[in-house]
Amino acid sequence: MSTTLDQVVLLARRSVVRTVRQPANILGPLIFPMMLLAVNSGGLKAETHLPGFPTHSFVAFALAVPFIQGALFATMNSGTDLARDIQTGFLNRLSLTPMRGAALLAGQLGGAITLGVVQACFYLAVGLAVGVRPASGVGGVFVLLLFSALIALAFGAAGSFAALKTGSGEAVQSLFPIFFVFLFISSMNIPRNLIGVTWFRDAATINPVSYLIECVRSLIITGWNGEALALGFGIAGLVAVAALTLAGRALPQRLAR
Amino acid sequence: MAHPNTIEVEGLVRQFKKGPRAVDGINLRVEPGEIYGFLGPNGAGKSTTVLMLVTLLPPTAGTARVAGYDVVKEGPAVRATIGAALQEAALDPLLTGREHLRLQSALQALPREDRRTRSDELLERVGLTEAADRKVRGYSGGMKRRLDLALALVHRPRVLFLDEPTTGLDPQSRSALWQEVARLARDDGVTVFLTTQYLEEADVLADRVGIIDHGHIVAEGTPAALKAEVGRPTLEAIPADPGDLERLRAILARFGEPSPSSKGGAVRLASADGDLAAVVRALDAEHVRIEQLQVHQPSLDDVFLAKTGRSLEGAADDDDGMTMGSAQT
Repeated sequence: MSTTLDQVVLLARRSVVRTVRQPANILGPLIFPMMLLAVNSGGLKAETHLPGFPTHSFVAFALAVPFIQGALFATMNSGTDLARDIQTGFLNRLSLTPMRGAALLAGQLGGAITLGVVQACFYLAVGLAVGVRPASGVGGVFVLLLFSALIALAFGAAGSFAALKTGSGEAVQSLFPIFFVFLFISSMNIPRNLIGVTWFRDAATINPVSYLIECVRSLIITGWNGEALALGFGIAGLVAVAALTLAGRALPQRLAR
Repeated sequence: MAHPNTIEVEGLVRQFKKGPRAVDGINLRVEPGEIYGFLGPNGAGKSTTVLMLVTLLPPTAGTARVAGYDVVKEGPAVRATIGAALQEAALDPLLTGREHLRLQSALQALPREDRRTRSDELLERVGLTEAADRKVRGYSGGMKRRLDLALALVHRPRVLFLDEPTTGLDPQSRSALWQEVARLARDDGVTVFLTTQYLEEADVLADRVGIIDHGHIVAEGTPAALKAEVGRPTLEAIPADPGDLERLRAILARFGEPSPSSKGGAVRLASADGDLAAVVRALDAEHVRIEQLQVHQPSLDDVFLAKTGRSLEGAADDDDGMTMGSAQT
């Protein structure tokens, strides 16, 4: 194994170990999305009687949301961990080694991706346990996990950029409500074509989070939908590239060497 | 051919935005295998100097070479040569001591097969073998400092920077760390640049001391030479019989200028060596019995006082107020 790859693996392992050793960081992303899923499934299941609603199971419809929420948690964990490293001087210690900056980012994000995929497996398992069967089959499950990895990378890179730019865990955490606003004005609770209020429908239509949710949702309830997949992967890929570029630019300034 | 383990600094300046010159044109040279104590109060510019020398902070002006490499132009070569334990022990509270060492070994690109051995060796050397698998958040301040030192030594650096390594440690931990630092310089030939605000630390550990105040080096030399520069030792004697006090003072007056003493006689010796035995012989010859005899050597605080007009012990408080709001110094 090359030295750089070895460093990436060790830094990714550190990222996972840190998260595992903070139970709140594990339980939060697993429990809160499931609680929201339970509440929404109970309160909004009457939506399935609306003409044109794409499924008879609201749980299947809403199961897409935890995947995006999980990625948001990955953003927070990845960003706050990095900000803490900056605040405690641990990043200075890393800066004094021959480690490549790219290895640091890759390691940090490798950890976020690993946790993102583990979370996705958990959400899927819960879905299967309550009777949801992905319409896209086993292949769709693999695509879903791949998509989970991509959005964990995209949001994790965004969190890392915020941490590198501000050096403050509090600043990173302040992004969380902003992301949640995007989540709530998306198609998380109702298909866009069934939203009656015009401004809300328009907001959900221009909100990229809607397309991330619809990508996951398509694999669960409609099967293979090329347009939804292309939009979801395209937007997640764009966010990932943009966030990685910004984080990559901010890293040398923070390493200051 | 490898460069010698020297540190050479010429006209080094660091100016922070809207702040004072934290380091204002310092010059110094540290020889291979030497322990150089950089002494000064809080805010004097010690840590800023270290950050520049370890390549974490670019200088505003001047040059610095560590082990022959320029800290600005040859950063990677400098970093490959040095080890550093900065002011705060930068550790991850959620990792164990052993995990820290394994990670550091990998990041320092040690061969895989050497990592375990080197980690175990360093854990043993700093006395952390038993605590190696405990999370660092449960370590005491002394244990964290020792782990910090071990991490700085993973890649066998030729030059070691220690920024206030014993601040906040109990006397036992401090003494253990001094022993290890002295051993590194003596046995391994490591050049050590050590900042401290403790007079005793600089006095005991350093081969040479640079005293920094407000970004300027105000004195430099061996602790003995610096102390000799500002004053000769004072000898104070208390007679067993108070009736001998006048005779005692008369005898002492032969050896230097009389100095004030509340209970006995005191004299500022004309020279540091030889006089003490002569004084004892003279007192004995004239049958003056002595209850107590003390030689007061000048301290580095006296040096600081002579150079700056302030005592080092109180200077930190003064400087805290002056540097508040500026970047770390």
